[in-house]
Amino acid sequence: MPELDTPAPDAKSGKDVLLLSDIRMRFGSYYALDGVTLSIRRGEVFGLLGQNGSGKSTLIKVLAGFHQPEAGSQIVLWGETMTLPLDPMAIKKRGVAFVHQHLSLVPSLTVVENMRVTALGQKTPWHVSWKKEAARVAALFAEFGLAIDPFATVASLPPVERAFVAIVRAFDDLRASDAGYGGEGILVLDEPTPFLPAQDVERLFALIRSIVRTGASVVIVTHDIDEVRDITDRVAILRDGKLVAILDTKTTGRQDILDTIVGLRVDAFEKTRKTGIGAPALSVRDLTDDRHPGFDLDIHPGETLGITGLIGSGFAAVPYMLYGARRGAGRIRIGGQEVDIARMTPQRAQSLGIAFLPGDRLGAAGVGSLPITDNITLPVLADHLSVLGLDQRGMRRQAAALSTAYDVRPARPELNLGSLSGGNQQKVLLAKWLQTKPTLLMLDEPTQGVDFGARQQIFEALDRATGQGTSVLCASTDNEQLEQICDRIIVFARGRPVAELTGADISRKSIAEACFHGETTAAEAAQ
Amino acid sequence: MTTIDLSKPETPATNHPAVPSRRPLDWKAETERFALLGAWLLLIAVFGILMPDSFLSWRNFSTMFGSQAVLVVLTLALLVPLTSGDFDLSGASVLTMSTMLIAVLNVREGWPIVPVILIALASGAVIGAVNAVFVLYFRIHSLIVTLGIGTFVNGLILWVSQSQTISGISMDLVSWVIINRFLGIPLAFFYALLLAGILWYVLEFTIPGRKLLFVGRGREVSRLNGIAVDRVRAVSFITSGLIAAFAGVLYAGMTGSADPLSGLSLLLPAFAAAFLGATTISPGRFNPFGAVIAVYFLVTGITGLTMLGADAYVQNLFYGGALVIAVALSQLVRNRQPQDFS
Repeated sequence: MPELDTPAPDAKSGKDVLLLSDIRMRFGSYYALDGVTLSIRRGEVFGLLGQNGSGKSTLIKVLAGFHQPEAGSQIVLWGETMTLPLDPMAIKKRGVAFVHQHLSLVPSLTVVENMRVTALGQKTPWHVSWKKEAARVAALFAEFGLAIDPFATVASLPPVERAFVAIVRAFDDLRASDAGYGGEGILVLDEPTPFLPAQDVERLFALIRSIVRTGASVVIVTHDIDEVRDITDRVAILRDGKLVAILDTKTTGRQDILDTIVGLRVDAFEKTRKTGIGAPALSVRDLTDDRHPGFDLDIHPGETLGITGLIGSGFAAVPYMLYGARRGAGRIRIGGQEVDIARMTPQRAQSLGIAFLPGDRLGAAGVGSLPITDNITLPVLADHLSVLGLDQRGMRRQAAALSTAYDVRPARPELNLGSLSGGNQQKVLLAKWLQTKPTLLMLDEPTQGVDFGARQQIFEALDRATGQGTSVLCASTDNEQLEQICDRIIVFARGRPVAELTGADISRKSIAEACFHGETTAAEAAQ
Repeated sequence: MTTIDLSKPETPATNHPAVPSRRPLDWKAETERFALLGAWLLLIAVFGILMPDSFLSWRNFSTMFGSQAVLVVLTLALLVPLTSGDFDLSGASVLTMSTMLIAVLNVREGWPIVPVILIALASGAVIGAVNAVFVLYFRIHSLIVTLGIGTFVNGLILWVSQSQTISGISMDLVSWVIINRFLGIPLAFFYALLLAGILWYVLEFTIPGRKLLFVGRGREVSRLNGIAVDRVRAVSFITSGLIAAFAGVLYAGMTGSADPLSGLSLLLPAFAAAFLGATTISPGRFNPFGAVIAVYFLVTGITGLTMLGADAYVQNLFYGGALVIAVALSQLVRNRQPQDFS
C-alpha cells in the first residue's frame, strides 16, 4: 500500500482558491469522509478519483451545502473561512458553480429558459426580454465555439450538447458572481462523461480547457483514469472516505494511479465459491439492447453471478431486459422453455420462475404507503385465496412469520413499508421474492443504503436460497459486496462483457482493475 | 464511532418466536377511524335537540337515506378509479346520460323498461371504455380525458333530450326504487348499501382488489411485480362508468323523469364524499363504507340546516367547508404527514 502522502496544503503560497481541511462526514456509524484535506489552486483542473463509495460524491455534496460535515471540518474559500454547513446560495454568489451528473436541466423547456431560470445577476425579475436573453446566450456559446440554438428545447439536443448547456450555464454563474473573491471562480463537474461517446468527451474537454483559460479553476469528479490523465493537472485519490494521495497527473503513470485507487487490503472473509457443474439453470443468447452487439450468459443452479462495470457501462440494464421491464432482444432458455426476450413481460418472467428486486426500493420494488403484509404477500396472493376470498388473517400470519425469519425490525407487519429503515425494507422485499422459491433471483444494487449488520443478514439469506438451488444474478457496483457473495463475476464496458472472474481470482482489487482496464480496452477497440 | 452488534445477525426462529402479540388498542388510530361517525352522531344529536319532533322522526331519516342513495352510488363509482390512481370527472355526465336514455327510450320510444335499463348501463360501460382508450393508449392524464369526455357527453344529453325534461318513466322502475320500502326506507338505499358491501369485499378480499390498490399506489412497482397495469386501469374506468350509469338508473326511478342538467351538480358532492370517506374506517384509503358515512354526514348537516330555515346556499357552504375542515382535522391527527393516495 503506498504511504499516505497527505499533501501539505500550500495555503501560504496564495495560489489556493479553495481549501478543504479535515472534512469528516458520518452516515450512521460509518464515515463517508474521514478527515479529508485538500486544496485547489487557481487556474488548474483538479481531478477527484476513486471507486464507487470512496467518498467523491459526498465530498462534492459537502461543498455544495447538501451535507453538514462534523465539527472540526473547515472550508476556506478565497481566504475566508466559511460557516458550515455551506449555504448553497452564498457559495454560488462567491463563485462556486456545480454541474451535477444529471445536469439539472428541464428537458421540456428551451435552452434560453434553462439558462435564465437559476441565473445570477438578473436586473429585474418582472420582465424578461427573451430576444435579448437569447442573443446573450448565443454570444456566450459563440465564445466557446458552440453553435446551439437558444430556442431549441433541451430534450431535442444530443446528450453532449445538453452537457455543454449545463456547463456553460454554470460558467455564466461564475462570471456573474461577486468579483471581489478572485472573480474567476471554481467550476465543479460531477461525473459529466459516463453517458458520452469518446469523441464527445474530447469536445467536452476542449470546452473545459477554454474555460480554464479564462482563469477559472475546475474540479472534475470521474471514474475514468484516462480522462484524468488527459484533462487534469493534479488528481486526489480517495479510498473508503480517506484521501490516499494527491498525484501530479503529468508525471504519474497509469498503473500507479490504478494501484493507488484500488490499494492493497487483506480481507479475512472468504466464501467457498461454487463452480458451475452440469447443465445451466438458465441460458441467455444474443442479449442486446439494440445499440450494442449481443452477448451470451449462462447461470448454473445455485450459482451467484455478479455483473458489474463502471457507471454507464451497460451492466445495470441486463436484469431489466431479462425481466421484460426494458426493451431488449435475444433468447432465454429456462426450465426447458425458450422465450424471445423481445416479447418478455414481468408476468411472463414470473411464471418462468424469474424474480427481480429493483434497486429503487420505494419507487420500483415496494409501496411505502402500504403495510408490510400487503407488500410481502403480493406475489403469493393466490395461495391465500379461499372460497370466502382472501384470508387476511392467514396473510398477516405469514407476514409475521417471514418478518421473524428474516429478522425484520420492528416485526410488526401492520406498519407501512415506508416507515422501516432501508435495510429492513430490503429484508421484507427479499423475503417477498424468496418465499416464491424462484429459479432465478435478480438483484439490482441489493444493499445500497443498507447498514453493515443488515447487509450480512441479507447475504446469509441469499446464501440459504442458493443452497436450495436458486440461482442469483446480482448487478452491482459495490465491489466489496460482489467479492463477498459471488461465485463468478462478469465485468462490462461499453455495453458488453469484457472480463470474467472466477474462484480465487475474485477480489475487490481484481474487480476494480477489470472495470478500469475493461473500459480502456473497450474504448481502444471502439476506435 | 459507535460499534455495530454483529454477534447474532441471524437468530433461529425458535429462540425468538414470532409473537404476533395482541397489541393494546391504539386509541389515537381508533379515534381517527371513527371520528367522522362520531361527528355524524353529534350532528344528529344537535339537530335532534333543536328540533326534537321534526328532525328526529323516522320519516325524516328514511327520506334522507332513500333520496341520497343516488349520491352514494355515484361516490362509489368515483372511488374505483380513485383507488387505481385516476380521476373520473365524467361520472355525473354518465349518470345523467343513463337517466336521459331511460327517459327517451322508455317514454318517447315506448320501449319496455328492462331492456332500456340494460342499454343505459351499457352506455356507462362504453363511456368508461372511451375514457380508458384515451388515457391508456394516448397516455393523457385522466383529469383531461374525463373532463373532455364528460363535457362531450353533456352535449349529447342536451341533443338527445332537445334540452327538455322528459317525465312519465315506467312506474315499475319507480316502485322498485323509491315506493317499495323495507323498514320504512326506500329500496334504493339498500341497493346502495349492497353495492358498497360488494365493493368492500372486492377491494379487501379479492386479488383484483389488491391489484387495483397496488396500481393506484405505485405504477412502476406494480409493473415490476407482474401486474398488467393498463388492463387494471381500463377495467377500473369501465367499472366506474357502469356504476355511475347504475346511479343514473336509480335517479330515473327516484324522480320518474329526466332533465338534462340536475344530475350534473352531483359531481362535486360525490368527490367531496369520496375524499371525506378516505379519512374514516380505513384512514388513508378510499373505502366504500367510509364513503357511505361521508355522504350521510354531509346530507344530515344540510337537511338539518335547511329545516332550521337556512337558505339554499348553505348546501355548498356545508359541502365545501365540511370537506376541508374534516380532512384538515384528520391531517392534524397524523401530524401533517403529506397525504399519499396515489
